[in-house]
Amino acid sequence: MVDVLVCVKRVVDSSSEVVLTDDAQAVDGRYAGFTMSAHEECAVELAVRAAADAGTTRVVTLGDEDAVEQLRHALAVGCSEATHVVADSSAFGPADVAREMAAVARDHDSQLVLLGNDAADSGDFQVGIRLAYALGWPVINGVSTVTVADGTVTASGTGPEGHETYEVPLPAVVTVLEGGVEPRYPTVTGRMKAKKVQIEEREPTTAPTGPSRVRLLLPPPAPSDVQILGNGPEAAPAVVDVLEQLGVLAR
Amino acid sequence: MAHVPSQAKVVVIGAGIVGNSLVHHLAQLGWRDIVQLDKGPLPNPGGSTGHASNFIFPVDHSREITDLTLDSMRQYKEMGVFTESGGFELARTEERMEELRRRMSSARAWGIDAELVSPEFVKEKVPFIETDQFIGAFWTPSVGVVDSLRAGTLMRESALATGALTVVPGVEVTGLDVEEGADGHRRISRVRTTDGDIEAEHVVIACGVWSPKIGAMAGVSIPLTPAVHQMISVGPCPQLAATDGEISFPIVRDMDTFCYERQHGADMEVGSYAHRAILYEPEEIPSIEQAKLSPTEMPFTSDDFDPQLEQAYELMPDLLGAEGAEMRYAINGLLSLTADGSPILGESHVKGLWTAAAVWIKEGPGVGRAVAEWMVRGHSEIDVSHSDIARFHPHQLRREHTKLRTTEAFIKTYGIVHPAEQYESDRPQRLAPMHASQQKLGAVFFETGGWERPHWYESNAGLLDEYGDAVMPREHEWDARWWSPIINAEHLRMREAAGVIDLSAFEVFDIEGPGALDTVQVTCVAQCDVQVGKVVYTPVLDAAGGFRSDLTVMRLGEDHFRVVTGAAHGPADRQWFADHVPADGATTLTSRTDDISTIGVWGPRARDILAGLTSDDVSDAGFGFLSCREIPLNGTTVLASRISYVGELGWELYVGKDDAAAVWDALLEAGSSYGAVPVGIGVYGTTGRIEKGYRAFGFELDGERSIVEAAMQRPKVKAAEFVGKAAYLAQRDAPPAAVLCTMTVDNHVSASGTRRYMLGGEPILTREGGTLTDDHGHHPYVTTAGSAPSLGQHLLLAYLPPDEAHLGNELAVSYMEELYPVTVRSVDATGLWDPANERIR
Repeated sequence: MVDVLVCVKRVVDSSSEVVLTDDAQAVDGRYAGFTMSAHEECAVELAVRAAADAGTTRVVTLGDEDAVEQLRHALAVGCSEATHVVADSSAFGPADVAREMAAVARDHDSQLVLLGNDAADSGDFQVGIRLAYALGWPVINGVSTVTVADGTVTASGTGPEGHETYEVPLPAVVTVLEGGVEPRYPTVTGRMKAKKVQIEEREPTTAPTGPSRVRLLLPPPAPSDVQILGNGPEAAPAVVDVLEQLGVLAR
Repeated sequence: MAHVPSQAKVVVIGAGIVGNSLVHHLAQLGWRDIVQLDKGPLPNPGGSTGHASNFIFPVDHSREITDLTLDSMRQYKEMGVFTESGGFELARTEERMEELRRRMSSARAWGIDAELVSPEFVKEKVPFIETDQFIGAFWTPSVGVVDSLRAGTLMRESALATGALTVVPGVEVTGLDVEEGADGHRRISRVRTTDGDIEAEHVVIACGVWSPKIGAMAGVSIPLTPAVHQMISVGPCPQLAATDGEISFPIVRDMDTFCYERQHGADMEVGSYAHRAILYEPEEIPSIEQAKLSPTEMPFTSDDFDPQLEQAYELMPDLLGAEGAEMRYAINGLLSLTADGSPILGESHVKGLWTAAAVWIKEGPGVGRAVAEWMVRGHSEIDVSHSDIARFHPHQLRREHTKLRTTEAFIKTYGIVHPAEQYESDRPQRLAPMHASQQKLGAVFFETGGWERPHWYESNAGLLDEYGDAVMPREHEWDARWWSPIINAEHLRMREAAGVIDLSAFEVFDIEGPGALDTVQVTCVAQCDVQVGKVVYTPVLDAAGGFRSDLTVMRLGEDHFRVVTGAAHGPADRQWFADHVPADGATTLTSRTDDISTIGVWGPRARDILAGLTSDDVSDAGFGFLSCREIPLNGTTVLASRISYVGELGWELYVGKDDAAAVWDALLEAGSSYGAVPVGIGVYGTTGRIEKGYRAFGFELDGERSIVEAAMQRPKVKAAEFVGKAAYLAQRDAPPAAVLCTMTVDNHVSASGTRRYMLGGEPILTREGGTLTDDHGHHPYVTTAGSAPSLGQHLLLAYLPPDEAHLGNELAVSYMEELYPVTVRSVDATGLWDPANERIR
């Protein structure tokens, strides 16, 4: 039995054209909507599986009141408890977030903390490491499967040299890359149950130092790869040429 | 890949179900050089068609919508994209059961097979439903689902096969050029696109939720709003996965929770109309690139949906709670809503620029056919006048109006809407000059065309005791909702003494100039080349001989005619006349609606009242029936017109707006000594006219009815040409396919002992309850129902099969699924009250 804490962040969902807010401080979610990153969805799935036999799975986020939507989602797919650190996440840098997550982990006696490898919007790659440091726990980064047995975390993923497997003793921090598990969708009953869970609300422990971000810049639009080869039957030779270049056809 | 040509006969913007259907029917009707554009890719360019639930329930209380739906179902079936599933509409409450009984009336009236069934009947066909959640259901076996994207492709391909069509996807419209013609009309000339400009004679905006944005490019308001309809898909459900094809179980509409459950393969789709109205501006809809799914599949807001989720689960727990069934797709789908719920079809005030928008999948192909016919022939087989873009008054063209009304109406999508129900939002808009007086008199205001019109006056409540049971009180709450027995008391007092009626809402316009006579002659059936000072009541026809309107025309001078028509249909009538004003540059049409107020005074003492206020001669010899002239009255001059829509002696007085309140007060004061009272529209619009058998446009009269069927033909037809003349002459030579009759209800007592009063729309059956069918293949239904207090009867008007149209014929009306005996009392335009018209003299 293990009590797992999984950290998620409300971010804008992806679309082919990124839209920034008017102040260029964030990606605007008015069209694409909000979600948690694919890494975090996998972290939630792994957390739920790890705690399946009698443990608790607590999901935590730091964000404004809208971030409750992501907590409810995690509850709907199997988390049992939720903590909401109510704050404007854009004012929090990676060190600030790590400090707040550490406080939650301590207060709830969590034994295993799972995070996404990096946030989908800011991409700082720091919170997991900083959190482990703050807690004084071992950390495994960038793995895609996590299991717990007899006080030991076994985590594996793809490294530069091939498939890597790590074992560390609990308590521990693990950051998750997507791809190892298929996150489940909510069920109707899961959603109904999630709606009824009382979410713990907290204030941040201290004022944030901030992310030190000046602004976001959009890259220039990618040039179109579309090349029109022709119309109707006359286009056939050009298509054959392309297929040959691609190696699909051998001459 | 096709490029846009530089010229076209018609450019159809949009490749959703409407645009695709339009190009098909335009090609079928022989048009060539048709160009169809869409910003998105084919076959799903990203509009509402792409995420539609694609199911069709044919029964609606509106005949127009039902006819469009039935025509669409026929077309979908011909294309092989229709799958019949059957459908249930559930009632959780007794109030809803009553609504379903009313729905049975509509089903019978439109000839659609339907049945009220028990929860057990539903369970037999939908085994995973919980029968303790509802008390009954409305079963329509012909409900089904369609593949609207496939249908669109097939229709486009059919048009392409004729060589009539060029389709260019991936092209965005950036502008619409309008030019002013020699006749003073603004005309569409060009469509600007990201792929070049197209000179076009005609342009159709079939852009669904984007239509207002495109219309604005030509200065045309298309008053619809994009609105969210939430839906989720739950699956795979083992109960569904075991079946073949897209749908094997009937669709369930859970009316009281505003939800539906519709099988889609192994998934169950749950859709909702229960949440708050979530509206967007057309400009706020993301582009294809900015959207996560498609532009009209907005991010799901789960909080709004949660209450529905629980209700859906209670109804189908074993299915929606099945092991492995997950919510894999959930959207806030955008669709188009309008203030009155009807589509927006027809030619805009910019000539050649048409719209076909705010159309559901169930009406798409029917709308495509109707609009194509309208464009090619000038009229459509199915009357679509309730959807005419010309119906809107200026205040209704504001986005604010559409937002407020759709916010108010969203919950009515599955709601129980009384036929007389009034909107509350965006009122008041237009007040009569005597409004303050009316408020003091306790007027209960109903709205028409933005005008606040007294329906009855609480100040007349004292008459109830005086008339006792003659006011025909109604016991049942539904029958008495949006109604008062005071209406009938006012009616009796008008017939006994006199009534003063505010008719400020009348649409009034003057046609002046050398072409004025030609304009009214060519638009009106009746002879308008009459002496100056004469009043003419006339039908107005379309080219096929169907009604466009009925109205009155006054000849005020050799070259000056005044047209007076109802507020509801006023803008459409005005546009129709404006379209027939000759382009001589000297003939003008001027709206007088806002500077003239009309007050009616009718009843046996009307002459006495008027005589006391004017020095003019208002005797029958001095002021004959159907004549008009200016008279001095109360220190001002009014145009008096001796005419009546309530069957009594009296006048319409056309008063300058600034003097109207004073004239109103003077009439009430002078009238009081004769027993006259203010009388509301409840009398003017229903009880007064129905006793006289007067027909009303939009009820008895519409584009599918002829003068002959309405029994309004005169012995002669004028020699001058007029629109619809050839058709009218042919109608006169043929036996009518149906005959408009007046019936009395012989017994009002229901099985439970309550007296019931029909409100209109109910089917007329044989005395035993058998179906009647006229020579059009239509079934008779009540076009107007109302009290006839002077006769002590409740009267019904309906078009009957010709062989049923004989005096004394004993038939029945079905109301809330009970039969009430009726008897035919008039088979022509003869009124049951004062049939010889002696009182009008």
